[in-house]
Amino acid sequence: MRKTFPIGLVLLLTIALILGCARKEEEVEATLRVGLVFDVGGRGDKSFNDSAYRGLEKAKEDLGIYYEYIEPGEGSDRESGLRMLAYQNFDLIFGIGFMFSDDITHIAREFPEKKFACVDYTVQPGREIPSNLAALKFREEEGSYLVGALAGLLTKTNKLGFVGGMDIPLIHRFESGYKAGVRRANPKATILVGYAGVTGEAFKNPAKGKEIALSQYGQGVDIVYHASGSTGLGVFEAAREKKVLAIGVDSDQYHEAPGYILTSMVKRVNNSVYNTIKDTIAGQFKGGVHIFGLKEDGVGYVYDENNRDLIPDEVRKKVEELKAQIIAGEIEVPRE
Amino acid sequence: MWQTIFSLVMVTQTIRISIPYILASIGGTFSERGGVINIGLEGMILNGAFCAVLATWYTGNAWAGVIAAVIGGALTALIHAVVSIRYKANQIISGVAINLFAVGITKFILKIVFHSSSNSERVAGLPLWKIPIIDRIPVINTIFSTPLILLTLGIIILSHILIFKTPFGLRLRSCGEHPQASDTLGVKVNLMRYSGVLISGALAGLGGGWLSLDQHCFTDGMSGGRGFIALAAMIFGKWTPLGATGAALLFGFAEALQIQLQSAGVKIPTQFVQMIPYLLTLVVLASAIGRAVPPAADGIPYEPSED
Repeated sequence: MRKTFPIGLVLLLTIALILGCARKEEEVEATLRVGLVFDVGGRGDKSFNDSAYRGLEKAKEDLGIYYEYIEPGEGSDRESGLRMLAYQNFDLIFGIGFMFSDDITHIAREFPEKKFACVDYTVQPGREIPSNLAALKFREEEGSYLVGALAGLLTKTNKLGFVGGMDIPLIHRFESGYKAGVRRANPKATILVGYAGVTGEAFKNPAKGKEIALSQYGQGVDIVYHASGSTGLGVFEAAREKKVLAIGVDSDQYHEAPGYILTSMVKRVNNSVYNTIKDTIAGQFKGGVHIFGLKEDGVGYVYDENNRDLIPDEVRKKVEELKAQIIAGEIEVPRE
Repeated sequence: MWQTIFSLVMVTQTIRISIPYILASIGGTFSERGGVINIGLEGMILNGAFCAVLATWYTGNAWAGVIAAVIGGALTALIHAVVSIRYKANQIISGVAINLFAVGITKFILKIVFHSSSNSERVAGLPLWKIPIIDRIPVINTIFSTPLILLTLGIIILSHILIFKTPFGLRLRSCGEHPQASDTLGVKVNLMRYSGVLISGALAGLGGGWLSLDQHCFTDGMSGGRGFIALAAMIFGKWTPLGATGAALLFGFAEALQIQLQSAGVKIPTQFVQMIPYLLTLVVLASAIGRAVPPAADGIPYEPSED
């Protein structure tokens, strides 16, 4: 009797596993077979990953591709996710996030006949990017500069906040662009900065994000910009509680806290994913580094019917002037 | 500058951060006092957090979420109890398995219900209580206007009484120290151990409920290692509810300090500031605050003697 329970359980799970795996292998008519592995946070983060997903969806509708995606759990799942897709008959494989940089470089070398693309790829000195790997990078600092200028012009207390996720160079770019923008628009403003942590978990710790934002708001900050994935949901929660403003990141995050989101710094990961797919179908896939800044419409800020009332016309005009100057190369936004 | 760091804001922040630590570490105390090691607190917090959001989502009432958090945590603990008491499996391994299981199951159901493996929709939260007079006193008003903080306060006191002043507590502790002796005195050892583990799950689950209801949403992996800090607090508090509470508050303080230091713009590298809570955990555990002696039979499955 004592043994039957565990044995029964194991049997049951094994059967479930086998049934679960016996998925029918459907050969769908498709222009391109695309595989994608998401970053920490996964699909539904209403931010970075969802933006990539929108790119996939659009490509499916417009271009008739077939796609599959994987949401990895912990660290090593990322590598095996990429590898699994590479072994199957996918033509183009995406890794979403800087954490893929090492793994995707190795795997791209192992599978030279397949195409790879990595969003936020970290270029390392001395490491050559294989010709079948496209590194999709964004000028986050340029978009952050604009939302910083916007915040600087609109703050009433001359105190602004920034909440970062993991303390890494990628997030420092958001911070430095934001700071530069604030200073340009409002030299008197001070900026409080907080990071949620030093591991990938820092991108999904809303409780910590809320506490950091609350302490910044408590010190008189009236607008907080976050670049912290799901941790930012806590920042919005704090903004709701204190009835002040926050700035979203990556996607338009207005709907996370309607009325409390001044704007969002959008990083058009969707466009980069979509365009890479389009190029690949047209046979024009190019390896190497691709950079998307304001000029390429790779980053920007949200201004639409939702937040029009929060942004006066003259403020909008000033920010647009700065945007034009950055595009024209008259303003150099610091990257760190 | 120091005034901005050590302010009343920080006191309330310390309390808010400490709530899940306090609840889970007291939970751990119940389990280990009965003689079952509970590494699975982390998973119980996570499952509690998820059940809270799920129940609130379906009923629209956050109190249903609180109850669900307690039940969810206790059910998770039941698995640990059955595996380690009924089947006498290694309790560390069972605990680790619980933690991994919680990560998987929450993601799985999250995906089915909310079509996302990372976070849920926004749900209702618990209302804040407005009490006249007290409302004007800083810090105190936070404690009395937040139902779960009040509840935690009650649980701390109740747990102390339950463990040290009641027959139940005496029996529970005896099962953790010398189960054979308790058995000869007619104490149902395994029953006591089951209740210890179930209480630990219920409390850790409630801690999780606080986490998710305060955020009005569930985020994948939102327990973020809090169960392990709670374990450290339990040990540092020498397996007593009051000690665990003190230790949990200390860890909460370290985390609040870290947040305040960052936003006060103190010129210390952020990586160092980030380290403070964990460094403190290490220092505290290794320091000479007194040797922490676990209950004698902690982690040893009870085998009734043959004769």
